[in-house]
Amino acid sequence: MTSRALRVIEFQTVEYVSGPLVFLEGVHGVQYDETVEIVAPGGEVRRGQVLEVDRSRAVIEVFAGTRGLDVAATRVRLGGDAARLGVGVGMLGRMFDGSGNAADGGPPILPEAFWEVAGLAMNPAAREHPAEFIETGVSAIDGLNTLVRGQKLPIFSGFGLPAAQLSAQVAARASVGGSDREGFVVVFAALGITHREASFFRRFIEDSGALGRTVMFLNLADDPTIERLLTPRVALTAAEFLAFEKGLHVLVILTDMTNYCEALREVSTAREEIPGRRGYPGYMYTDLASIYERAGRIRDHDGSITQLVILSMPDDDITHPIPDLTGYITEGQIVLSRELHRKGIDPPIDVLPSLSRLMNAGIGADKTRFDHRQVADQLYAFYAEGRDLRRLVAIIGEAALSEHDRRSLAFADDFERRFIHQGGAGRSLEETLELAWSLLDQFTTADLKRIHPETIAARRRGKDVPPPDQQADDDGS
Amino acid sequence: MSGAPGRLVRIAGPVVVATGLDEARLYNLVRVGRDRLIGEVIRLDGDEAVIQVYEETSGLQVGSAVEDTGAPLQVELGPGLLGQVFDGIQRPLPPLAVKNGEPFGEPFIRRGVQISALPRDRLWDFVPTVTVGDIVEPGTLLGTVKETATLEHRILVPSRMRGTVTRIQAGEAPVEQPVVWLDDRPLSMMRRWPVREPRPTAGRLDPDAPLITGQRVIDTLFPVALGGTTTIPGGFGTGKTVQEQSLARWAAADVIVYIGCGERGNELTDVLREFPELSDPRTGGPLMDRTILIANTSNMPVAAREASIYTGMTIAEYYRDQGYDVLLLADSTSRWAEALREVSGRLEEMPGEEGFPAYLPSRLAEFYERAGAVRCLGGGGREGSVTVVGAVSPPGADFSEPVTQYSMRLAGVFWALDTDLARRRHFPAIHWTRSFTLYDIGAWFDHNVAMDWEERRRWALELLHREEQLQSVVQLMGADVLAPSEQLVFLVGRMLREDFLQQSAFDDVDAFCSLEKQYEMLRIISLVYETTRRAVRDGVDPEAVMALAVLADVARMRDWPPDEAAERSRELETRIIEDVEAL
Repeated sequence: MTSRALRVIEFQTVEYVSGPLVFLEGVHGVQYDETVEIVAPGGEVRRGQVLEVDRSRAVIEVFAGTRGLDVAATRVRLGGDAARLGVGVGMLGRMFDGSGNAADGGPPILPEAFWEVAGLAMNPAAREHPAEFIETGVSAIDGLNTLVRGQKLPIFSGFGLPAAQLSAQVAARASVGGSDREGFVVVFAALGITHREASFFRRFIEDSGALGRTVMFLNLADDPTIERLLTPRVALTAAEFLAFEKGLHVLVILTDMTNYCEALREVSTAREEIPGRRGYPGYMYTDLASIYERAGRIRDHDGSITQLVILSMPDDDITHPIPDLTGYITEGQIVLSRELHRKGIDPPIDVLPSLSRLMNAGIGADKTRFDHRQVADQLYAFYAEGRDLRRLVAIIGEAALSEHDRRSLAFADDFERRFIHQGGAGRSLEETLELAWSLLDQFTTADLKRIHPETIAARRRGKDVPPPDQQADDDGS
Repeated sequence: MSGAPGRLVRIAGPVVVATGLDEARLYNLVRVGRDRLIGEVIRLDGDEAVIQVYEETSGLQVGSAVEDTGAPLQVELGPGLLGQVFDGIQRPLPPLAVKNGEPFGEPFIRRGVQISALPRDRLWDFVPTVTVGDIVEPGTLLGTVKETATLEHRILVPSRMRGTVTRIQAGEAPVEQPVVWLDDRPLSMMRRWPVREPRPTAGRLDPDAPLITGQRVIDTLFPVALGGTTTIPGGFGTGKTVQEQSLARWAAADVIVYIGCGERGNELTDVLREFPELSDPRTGGPLMDRTILIANTSNMPVAAREASIYTGMTIAEYYRDQGYDVLLLADSTSRWAEALREVSGRLEEMPGEEGFPAYLPSRLAEFYERAGAVRCLGGGGREGSVTVVGAVSPPGADFSEPVTQYSMRLAGVFWALDTDLARRRHFPAIHWTRSFTLYDIGAWFDHNVAMDWEERRRWALELLHREEQLQSVVQLMGADVLAPSEQLVFLVGRMLREDFLQQSAFDDVDAFCSLEKQYEMLRIISLVYETTRRAVRDGVDPEAVMALAVLADVARMRDWPPDEAAERSRELETRIIEDVEAL
């Protein structure tokens, strides 16, 4: 991170070092939230931030950790400024550490401006309502949980589930853009993920040819934990510059927010704050909102920020505070299922608990296709029914089912194997909807309650599908 | 401002501590630091004043000056409120975004920006209703201003002021210019009022009339009284927002105050975009002309989120005092409770249930109790009301969490939005057995709509209840086990649910259903029940009843034009009686 020092005051009055925190005594002129430099006894310089000022005492979180710091020789330099990031279009194609310093061996970028990483709240009156469809190439998303520009959509994953592959796939496809759509630039922030995951992502983007349109901020698993509190903010500051200053559409990928929340808890515990649910601090909702709400569009401005946030649900528990609070801020969620993953369905998206709250704004005749909503509702209805029946069959056996039930049951399997499963291949929205129709063709018009009869009639005429009554005979035999 | 400035001694997030504020009282407004950030004293401890700051506190230092304004957090009240969009502490949001003449040149909210809530340069045509020499008391009507095409803004004598009118200045004036002099003391059209203090009235009225909403499930089954309180809890996707928008659009209120408290920015944008496009069905003018929006998204400062509820309530009370019926929608009180929890945590208070402070129920009670129908100060028989609808977002749709539970205990009406109904596309997804109303206003309906309104309402509730009990039997043993009379309960129960309770917010005719039409629809359904029950008792096969073609017309009652409801229902009644007899 590049900072502009306005004044420098130095103190050598460390009183107490605990966990990620340094307690400084006898200070004056310390600003709340300002960034500081901590000079370790060996002369090494680390970055920190003021968390609290109480009379002559300051509490400082040290992003790089407190190992090797002491009470006697450690010095703390105050810069008198909030954390800032030097931003510029030169960031595209580059890789940075979790604080925003160049980490790819290249020279530092030439900053066009220095922006505060904490960010400011967007004026609700200046927001544009997000309504532009993004094609991700994933049927479970495009067809059923459509993403729009300016939305924030988390992927609720579990340890060992392929959320990284899914996000890389989405990023690679979105960055290319369609014939009529402008591509995205991608800002990728790694929060405590492994080298393996990070290099997978980088390779995937590289292979798709989009590396030159990507900015990477990496705080990996073996990087300082507390730096993770800074990384998403640094990444979003870069994204805001590219989106609202340069008019680009930016897709921000934050992975994994669970690691972020754990760092937050670590600092909170070290400060001996009263813990909330499962030890996470009571202000976690507001803290997460200050990250997630940095997605959006602005009226009369060209660019946009879309967030794809990955978080791992500890023990696959969706009521855990991290997914729970996230779900209350984001506009829906994509939920990955261990059961589908075991069945070999890729991506293993469980569409029933998944939701895109902005879907309706982004679909329809003038945006995707006129039958999109109807088809999606019908797929949902049948799949929900089929899933219920699976449970029932486990108890009473398949013999007790009616003809209609048997068809719904078969539909659920078909739907998972043919519609959800893609095995890494991308599908256009047109392909997704046509595939959906081919799954629905086995049902009679009367069965397709969510679809307008005229829509069905028009389709079946055009497609030369046998009339419904004849179909019923076929199935009944 | 009073006294010498205090000095900051501690800064930790939105909560800061200052010393030397000798004259500061609890809840006084203070200005903190060089940017003069707005804060509020929330605890006094010896020499120390604990302050919650309504803006980001980054950059504050120990030793920064803190000025006591000598007054609590206040809102500005006067003509020019309607149609505006404010943040939690009444800063108008659209002007904050203007920069260099561009309407959205500054899309981010900068710190320390001050813009008056009421436009200062706009002129209002003041029409006095008093004459020189009149003796006036608190609440007396001094004059009126046409605030919008349909709403007459009434300028009243402030509370704690009385005297003789010594001078009047009629005609156009900005809000701050004196228009009336009481014993030579000038009075403008603008008032200020501390948000945490309920505005005084001449007395409470018993709630005896409903707030008519045009929603059948509400007006007929679970009506809310004018001046009553309602809680709507609903998990994700249960149609809470659509429900609130229907209320905002159709409810028979003169003024709507909508508080978006801790909501998502992108969703609030939807409201901000949608409302100005909607028209007021009662006047034909824009819906915004009777609406005030308060928007404090989840990433805006948490203390301002806490205050937003009170800001909205004070504005609502102000219009109530003019003799208007005001509907206040708060979405959502859960986010407000979380703001309380967060500030409480920063104060290191001992947490109660789920980490919420122990005073959560009393704060909620204070808020809900500010609703009510009142006799206004100043006489003249003026009566007004504030009806509160508080949305709750229970984590994981679990109604046993504290905010839902406390709200249920306080509110007079509970509209339980049901996830399962929503999934089955039954809208409004208000569940008929889990919801309740405590307002005993059946007499009003009996008197004003039809003598047997309350009787029919009870019949409908009972039948729905019986149908639900039968449902569980059928699920276990199949529909064959039902007696013929029970099969009719099933038939009519479904009719009530599908043809009466379901109502489309997006259909031009069905979106609003007049009380007369509601009554006629319910009357027809109960007629179907009575006539077919008699027929079945006389040996008619229930299957034959269910096959009656005339029943399809019952499903189409919702399309009746409101003014033809009585006529159409008489016609349908004759046919039902004839067709059932023919069996």
